[in-house]
Amino acid sequence: MLLAMKIKVAITAAALASPVALTIAPVAPVVDRTVNSEFTEIAAKAFQYRGAGDFSRDGKPADAPLRDERLAGSIRMMNRQVTSAEYGRCAEDGRCPRIPYARTMTDRPMVGVSWRDATAYAEWITKKTGLLHRLPTDEEWVFAAGEKARDEALPLVDPIDPAQAWIARYEAEADRARPFAVDPQPVGSFGRNENGLQDIGGNVWEWTNTCFLRMTIDPAGAVRVTNTNCGVRVVQGAHRTYMTDFIRDPRTGGCAAGVPPANLGFRLVVENGPWAALHWKLAAILKPS
Amino acid sequence: MITRRTALMGAAVAALLVATPASAADDLKLPRQAVELVAPPFVHPHEQATRQGPKIMEFKLTIKEKEVVIDNAGTKLQAMTFDGSMPGPLMVVHEGDYVELTLVNPETNAMPHNIDFHSATGGLGGGALTRVNPGEQTVLRWKATRTGTFVYHCAPEGMIPWHVVSGMHGTVMVLPRDGLRDREGKPLRYDRIYYVGENDFYIPKDGNGKYKSYQTPGAAFADTTEVMRKLIPTHVVFNGKVGALTGKNAMTAKVGESVMIVHSQANRDSRPHLIGGHGDYVWETGKFINPPQKDLETWFIRGGSAGAALYTFRQPGIYAYVSHNLIEAAELGATAHFKVEGEWNNDLMKQVQPAGPIPPGKSSAAEPAVRTR
Repeated sequence: MLLAMKIKVAITAAALASPVALTIAPVAPVVDRTVNSEFTEIAAKAFQYRGAGDFSRDGKPADAPLRDERLAGSIRMMNRQVTSAEYGRCAEDGRCPRIPYARTMTDRPMVGVSWRDATAYAEWITKKTGLLHRLPTDEEWVFAAGEKARDEALPLVDPIDPAQAWIARYEAEADRARPFAVDPQPVGSFGRNENGLQDIGGNVWEWTNTCFLRMTIDPAGAVRVTNTNCGVRVVQGAHRTYMTDFIRDPRTGGCAAGVPPANLGFRLVVENGPWAALHWKLAAILKPS
Repeated sequence: MITRRTALMGAAVAALLVATPASAADDLKLPRQAVELVAPPFVHPHEQATRQGPKIMEFKLTIKEKEVVIDNAGTKLQAMTFDGSMPGPLMVVHEGDYVELTLVNPETNAMPHNIDFHSATGGLGGGALTRVNPGEQTVLRWKATRTGTFVYHCAPEGMIPWHVVSGMHGTVMVLPRDGLRDREGKPLRYDRIYYVGENDFYIPKDGNGKYKSYQTPGAAFADTTEVMRKLIPTHVVFNGKVGALTGKNAMTAKVGESVMIVHSQANRDSRPHLIGGHGDYVWETGKFINPPQKDLETWFIRGGSAGAALYTFRQPGIYAYVSHNLIEAAELGATAHFKVEGEWNNDLMKQVQPAGPIPPGKSSAAEPAVRTR
């Protein structure tokens, strides 16, 4: 319990950090139109959400519960991924790390970015525009992705015979359709979903802000978090996966079997104002998990 | 079948037959067996021990120069191959057999090639007698005088390493006539055999760090040589491509089956390791007259040699077969997988406690000294 408390305090501090920084920014920030991205407002409505992370019941792996969700309000999300040109401007400003091997063209999604790079970009554009930009949560991403979100229930690992699930998971991963190209494609190449968002589930996976959680489900169905690892974040795209936050180039090999994302990129959501953001973050923290 | 009689019917026909195996080996009164080769990681059907006497084993390798993709990023290599695969097919014979190889260099190729068998004696392993230009073929016969797994490779004057690291290498396995044995002389058998050929590739990059591609092998030669001379491969892969032996192409086995893994590296040292398994019997240098080493964790394949490891799977699941320089395995591509079906053995391994919070108090695993029961 003490551990959970510590984490909550840490998260609260982190949540407060960015709005506080904003309050000392100029009262009327100069809005730079060249970095103004395209956003789509999606009104809140009910959707189904399967929690991210590892779930167990009675010490055995369990399916993540599928629950009916509704976001607190509408969400404004970029209708495309952040492009190489946009990220490049942040790097030129010295606020985003230069990615040495970014080999993308300017009109294509920025790839080869870690969660840390994406977060640096969000902070930079927030300063630049005076509007709070951030990565979406996994919940928000699933909601916005709509029909493109993939609810893939992989077989559970039975501790009595773990190998059967490993083999089944391995085969399921091997059966996944591969993107037709590895290099990022021009914006819009992978179509639009019903919410008007482009390239969801294409060959660029997207960072979310959601931390990796380990949870237990009690007999009454209540979920309790036993471990929070914010060094690993949920990555979304053609399938959901988890990545260490400094990884830029997902790959497999050695001990790791399985099929990694083709590329790591991101899109942002924007809040209507710093205080709205603070309110949202506090609400998220105070909500019983 | 063309008989001697038909051959005598015309000088033109006879001239055509000069290079065919039937007339090339009249001096040997031995039975012949033509073998259809298969692409790696598979191996053509063969006897492990044989009661038959020595034979002339006929093989045919067609050299194919072709562009191939070697990783998931679409990096291209102007490959030169024996029979279109990297490595070239595994040829299995028994000690005392004669290997009679027809080497074909079709007109569609651009370069002269030859073949050097580490298992053959004299003539630079055959390299001195097998140089073929595009549009030519040649037949070489050599006697299998010693047992083991041996590399073969192309060895044209002036550009041997380039041909080898462009894909022109393969393996011969010469089995003892009475089969494999352990240190005590007890027979050893395998239920399956897989053939892993390791490639080290040296792909040039442009000014932006992007891999370059070329229209022909010749166009790639100068840049590739420059990368080769630094001795740091850009790719280390099994069977010609990152992921050639993973996912849908993973090798398979069942619990209880004994699997022979032949590992061949024509150019550079390697360290095969089966993650979650072992080498029950390992001929690290590949030569079967030497007793196999037992229970190895990792074995060493010297560049320019092929080794063999025999393992009986005892547990189902996914196994990674890697070169245990893990940088090469994970970053450069030297990873294969085995998918093994069967029943889990809780005695060999069991998850006693799944990951969970560290319990408070003195019984923490970090302080075993104060642990009580």
